Amino acid sequence: MAENNNFPKSWKKSSKPHKFCPGCGQSLALKNLGFVIDELQIADKTVYACDIGCSLLTWDMFEIDTIQTHHGRVVPTMVGFKLAKPSAITIAFMGDGGGYAIGAQHLINAAMRDDPITAILINNANYAMTGGQMAPTTLVGQKATTAPNGRDWQKVGKPIHGPEMLAEIAQEGSYIARTISTDIADCKTKIRKALQNQIDGRGFSFIEIISMCPVNWHTDALQSLDFSEKEMTKVYPLGEFKCPQKLA
Amino acid sequence: MNKELLTGNQAIVKGALASGAQMMTGYPITPTTEILENWAEEAAKNSNLNFLQTEDEMSAGFSMIGGVLAGLKTFSATAGPGNVLMQDALVMAESMRLPTVVFINQRGGPSTGTVIYSQQELNLTCFGGNGEGLRIVYSVGNPQEMYDYAIKAFNTAWRYRFPAFVLGDGYSAKTLTEVETYSLEERKIERVSSAPYLLGEDNSSGSVNLRNTYNLETELNTLLMKHKMAFDGFTSEIVEFDDYQTLGAEIVIVAHGNIAISAKCAIDILKSEDEKVGLFRPITLNPFPSETLRSVVQKKKLIVVIESSLGQFERMVKENLYGENIPMVAIKKPALGINPDEIVERVKDFLKEMNG
Ligand SMILES: Cc1ncc(C[n+]2csc(CCOP(=O)(O)OP(=O)(O)O)c2C)c(N)n1
Ligand code: SF4
Repeated sequence: MAENNNFPKSWKKSSKPHKFCPGCGQSLALKNLGFVIDELQIADKTVYACDIGCSLLTWDMFEIDTIQTHHGRVVPTMVGFKLAKPSAITIAFMGDGGGYAIGAQHLINAAMRDDPITAILINNANYAMTGGQMAPTTLVGQKATTAPNGRDWQKVGKPIHGPEMLAEIAQEGSYIARTISTDIADCKTKIRKALQNQIDGRGFSFIEIISMCPVNWHTDALQSLDFSEKEMTKVYPLGEFKCPQKLA
Repeated sequence: MNKELLTGNQAIVKGALASGAQMMTGYPITPTTEILENWAEEAAKNSNLNFLQTEDEMSAGFSMIGGVLAGLKTFSATAGPGNVLMQDALVMAESMRLPTVVFINQRGGPSTGTVIYSQQELNLTCFGGNGEGLRIVYSVGNPQEMYDYAIKAFNTAWRYRFPAFVLGDGYSAKTLTEVETYSLEERKIERVSSAPYLLGEDNSSGSVNLRNTYNLETELNTLLMKHKMAFDGFTSEIVEFDDYQTLGAEIVIVAHGNIAISAKCAIDILKSEDEKVGLFRPITLNPFPSETLRSVVQKKKLIVVIESSLGQFERMVKENLYGENIPMVAIKKPALGINPDEIVERVKDFLKEMNG
């Protein structure tokens, strides 16, 4: 069979098609991750861990060693793995509920301790797997099943800015950025830097990826693109919030 | 063999080292904090030992799992509310059959204040969270046992691949006393080895994708039944108890941990007064030595359950003696120690009542 240039080598063939909904941004992000793993030739020393949330749908997505953990606990699992086996490249993949709510303390402390893992967080502005509840990232006014009239910032505060917050805490060798799954080039570059930083042994790396969730947003393809690329980036600017010189 | 003056917590760290532990993750909590501190000191001296002070006990539990997955004998220690938080990780270890060792030194109450003693973490440690309680729990009552069972817990966990616990209390953890330390070699104890679950040497059969999520109820049911069969299969190999003078006794005291040691002293006093009293002490609370207890209590006149909790242990004893028709009384003093004199007095009262 001819090589498929659109199919990362580090993806597992037998588990495709993947389990995400049609139009989901997470699969775009993870295809990029797959290509970066291929390019860096790190498949045989990489451990990929996923959280609970739609991220769990990736438990058998890759042809690399993987572990699916509990909700919010993917970061400490990879921190422990990396401590025990420093030569491993460790990836912790999670949603915004996993990283900014139930597991926020882990992310903050990993950044503070400069744990040399790569954390990738999907910002889809809701709790997707459980059916569209409000997340720390839900936009002001955006409706969610637990915010039927839209997020009221006076009652429940304003959306969290994860990378900006972590950049305040993180040490000098950290790489911290925000990208969007639909800008394939930007997304890939940042994933690559976030992994290169770990390979170089510099420190903690984190990227937030803005991602479409048409199912819970109740949007068609165009509206999904519109919401993520226009509405979300207004609140969540793309960029690098911490970048070691060597990666710049 | 060496005789050393050690606290229970020091004995635990020495036992862990003797058995080949390589990594500890944890969060400070009385009365286990010295385990964390002593291990931190050891790790500072020896670059082969890993140590991580985590942000909480959930992180301690999951980073311990990370260490285990990478192939290191990794352990943690906690107590009370920390034991509650760590169950999230321990349930994952249980359902994925990952070996872990956790030292629990029980303390009283839900929060703080009474942080030194109780036997109130029996239910939590034996049955944990949203799982089936497929875990091995050794109940220990003094620093010597903390050393001995630290060694045993690592071997049991890594041999059978289920979480193992050493359940102690702050009294034993903080007591300074003579402890006999030894290497596994001099006692001819095999050291069960550990291998990585992920990124192992042999990747000939492709990548390893571990999960703890299932699409169908039947899938999960099949897996759990398989685990249960495995657990039941080795139960007879690991179940442990101490039978002290129950032959010829009319009354059998059933107690565990620190209280069992107190009861042993009481029995010596009662024996010297010719009272017919014996002790049955389960050392593994899970799996429980039910068959032995059942045969020990046959034809006895009275069973006396003694515990520093409000019936957690009594329920366990009753469940394991279901169908036996022997009178049972209990001395239940949640969060309080029970000394031998008190046991002597209470047992004498029972004897008086019994013999009219
Ligand atoms: C301790 C715990 N609490 C709650 C849940 C239920 N739960 C599963 S996924 C989820 C939300 C996931 O949201 P997020 O992390 O944003 O990921 P997404 O599904 O949006 O990708 C929740 C609350 C759980 N599995 N475990
Ligand atoms: S629910 Fe949303 S985030 Fe989850 S797979 Fe479907 S589209 Fe993607």
